[in-house]
Formats: sequence, structure tokens, C-alpha cells
Amino acid sequence: MSEETDQSGSEYEREPVPERALKGPAAFWGMYAGEHSAGTEFMIGPLFVAWGASASSLIFGLLLGNLLAVLTWRFLTAEIATKQRLTLYFKLEKIAGRNLVAIYNLANGILFCFLAGSMITVSATAVGPFFPSMVMPTFESTLPTGPGWIAACVIIGLTMTIVAMKGYGFVAKMGHYSAPWMILVFVACAMVTLGKLDNYNVWELLSPPPGTPEKISFLGIVCFSWFCNAAMHMGMADLSVLRFAKSPNAGYASAAGMFLGHYVAWICAALLLVYWVRVHGVDPKVGKDPGTMVNDAVGYVGLICVMVAGWTTANPTLYRAGLAIQGIVPSMSRNMGTLIAGTVCIGAGIFPAFVMNFLVFLGIFGTILAPIGAIIIVDHFFADRLGIATDPALKSGTSFNMVVLFAWLIPVGVAMYAYLKHEVFTSYLPLPTTIACGILYVILSKWFGLKVA
Amino acid sequence: MNTVINPISKIAKPIGWLSLAGTIVPPFLFMMHWMDSNPMQNIMLVSCVSWFAAAPFWMKAE
Repeated sequence: MSEETDQSGSEYEREPVPERALKGPAAFWGMYAGEHSAGTEFMIGPLFVAWGASASSLIFGLLLGNLLAVLTWRFLTAEIATKQRLTLYFKLEKIAGRNLVAIYNLANGILFCFLAGSMITVSATAVGPFFPSMVMPTFESTLPTGPGWIAACVIIGLTMTIVAMKGYGFVAKMGHYSAPWMILVFVACAMVTLGKLDNYNVWELLSPPPGTPEKISFLGIVCFSWFCNAAMHMGMADLSVLRFAKSPNAGYASAAGMFLGHYVAWICAALLLVYWVRVHGVDPKVGKDPGTMVNDAVGYVGLICVMVAGWTTANPTLYRAGLAIQGIVPSMSRNMGTLIAGTVCIGAGIFPAFVMNFLVFLGIFGTILAPIGAIIIVDHFFADRLGIATDPALKSGTSFNMVVLFAWLIPVGVAMYAYLKHEVFTSYLPLPTTIACGILYVILSKWFGLKVA
Repeated sequence: MNTVINPISKIAKPIGWLSLAGTIVPPFLFMMHWMDSNPMQNIMLVSCVSWFAAAPFWMKAE
């Protein structure tokens, strides 16, 4: 969708998408299926096993959480996107002002860098089987495992950065083409695992051994699967995509990503670790790197899948991070922004700590970025009814709306305190933080709102 | 306006379907203990190559 351009080459970044550029639902189903079948899915399933998730939590919790995510996309993101037809950045600029958008861009850019870094880490594990002497990271790894690991991450990261600098059209197409194949490889891995275990009872296989501490409950799984993409749906980042949709029903297309990538793929990936725990005696808390597991299951195809899945998702992420950095310093070229983002990503990718704590990281990602969506939700649905100005920054001519800053940062600060001080599971935080942000925005707008003409 | 369908696009579709079948059927046969690991992995690899050769023509045409 982002490849859709008008004749001058712009992507309608500062104007509503015109009628002629709208797309039917088919375009969105493929895009969501591809975007949410990433290399990191190979980590998330096994991490659930490591955290002692029960079979019922995995099978029903993921079902419910992903359903809630789809409904959020449909009834919030797509609803606003098809009415406003603006990017998140342009809509936010109208509410918060250009300079506050720069701060949002900074947070966005940094978090995107760590996300892309995690994809580099996963892709680098595909190199391991070719170099048996290279020590692969485990769930307990925080530091680089050696020079070979660092070299693998740097080479993969540099390649991704150079491709992203060239524009990600080619990789976006590769992601689109590879999506159906990747999903089948995930399923193939699970089938091979069932065959090797000679046990087709998935419920029994996913049940942790008695006495395993349950670090993640049913509610934890529901919230994780609902909010792991909170920045995209509740946080409104996907306004940029869904503004091209003819109807808000295009929001249902997210089901392709949720139920194939975040349900089937996660459960298939979890079964891979179950096999290694049961047959090779691997400690689930220590885990096994995705490269070794998929190579053992389906050979080179698995390694290609890990590499392609990591690459096709890391590149657009890297591209977005570059754009976000460029947004902070508009005089900077996009290539320079992407190069800086790529350097940070490689640095993050070398340290396995980020991907090994992916369940926590995605919660933080949503907690910081999703509340901004609440401000857009209030502006779109409630502002008129509550007697506060819509698009206040645009109407008042300010470039920095302090009301938005405080409404965003106060709940995020409280949430981060709850995580750091009381170790609250981060996936519980995006929803209350977002609701608090919306309420605070209404209250602060009533008291200190910008005077509009 | 007449749309000229490239003959490559025409054969890309069945090749694409065969490739997807070659990716999922051998693991199923392995799961049922009707096929060994090596031929399964080889067929999957060939299917992977043919998928990435066919998909750009097929999916572009679609």
C-alpha cells in the first residue's frame, strides 16, 4: 500500500488519499499475512514454552487475544483510517503539532531499531548450522556469544541496511511472494515434529511437565497476543496503511496476519522446542536457537525461511526507523536516516538480550506508542461531543501541544514505574495506559486546552 | 482495453500450486511415516526454488 503513489511520486503523506487510489480488501489480506509472518515468530512460540504456558492458555488464549486484535483493527483503526484517510503522522501533527510529532518519531525510531535488531538476531541463527563452531545464543544469553556471532549479525545487518537504503520495494515484494510459502514451512516444521515424536496429540505435547512454574497465565497470553501489535492498531500506526482501504471492513484483513502468523506459526514454533525438550533433553528455560531447530526439522528450507522471514520484516522496519529519524532532522537525507537506524539495529541485533526478552519488549513497545492512539480516538469520536477542539494544533497554529505531551507521558511514566518497580508483565500495560491517556487528554484539554479560533 | 496474458504467467500458476504442494505434502507424508527425512527435505528445497521462480509471475498477474 505504501507503494501507492500519485503522479508526482508522493504517497499522499500530507493530503487525504483520493478516491482513485483506494484499494479493495484483497490487497490488505496479503499484506497482513506477510507482515505478521516474521522471523521473530520462531522465537515467540518457544518463549511461551520456556515461560511454562499451559496448552489451554496457548490454544484458547491466543485465539481470544488475536480475535480482540482483529476487532481493534476493524472497529478503531480502520474506522478512523477510512474516515480521515490521513497518515498517523499527519493526523497527529494536526492534533499535537509538528515539534511534538518529532518526539513521537524519536520514540518510534528507537523502538523500531530494536525491533529490526531482533529480526537480525533471529536471521543470524540461520548461519549457525553452516559453522558448527559458532556458539548460538540461548534464552539466557544477553551478550554476544563470540566473534563469529558478531560477524554474522554485522554482515546480515549491513546487507539489510543497504537494501533498505535502496528503498524497500523489492523486499516488500519478496515478503508478499514468500508469505504463503513461509506459513506452509511453519506448518511443515510442526508436522515433522509430530512425526518425529510419533505423537499427534498437540494438546498433550503443549502441556508443560507437572511442576513447571507458569510464568505466563491465560490472561497474559490473551493480552500478549492482543497487544503485541498495539502500536499498529490501538496506537494507530496502521492508519498509514488502512487509509487506502475502500471500506473499514479491510480491518478484518488483519485476521490473516493474526491467525496464520500469530496463531498457527506460534504454535508450530512452540512444537519445535517441545521436540528438543523431550528428545534432546534441552532445558526449556535455556531453549534452542531457531536456526538449529528448523534445520533439524526441514533442512535448508527451514534456514531459508528463517532468513527470508527475518529479512522481509526487518527491512520495512528499518526503512520506517530511517523515516522516523529523518522526521526528527528533516534536512537529513532518508539514506542517512536509514544508515543511522541500521547501525543502531546492528548494535541491538548483536546483543541477544533483546530478542530473548521479546515477550517483555513487545509490551514496552505497545505501552509507549499505543497511548498516542487514544488521543486520535478522542479527537475522532468524542471531541465534538465533549466540547473540545478537533485538530487543536492546526487550528491554534501551535507546533507543540503540551496537553498531548502530558496526556501521553504521565500514563507511560506510571506504566514504566509499574514494570520496573513491581515487575508487572508489560503486556498488561498498553490497555490501561491508553485509556488513561485518553481520559487525561480530555481533562487537560478542558482545563488547559489550546484556544482555537 | 485488451489485456495480454504473458504465457509465463499462465504456467506460473500451476507451478506455484505444485510448489506449495511440494512444501506441505512431503512433511505430511513424513508425519505419517510414509516418507523419509532426506527425500522430504530435497523435495521441499526444489519446491522452494520453484516457488520463488513462479510466484513473481503468478502473483503479479493476479
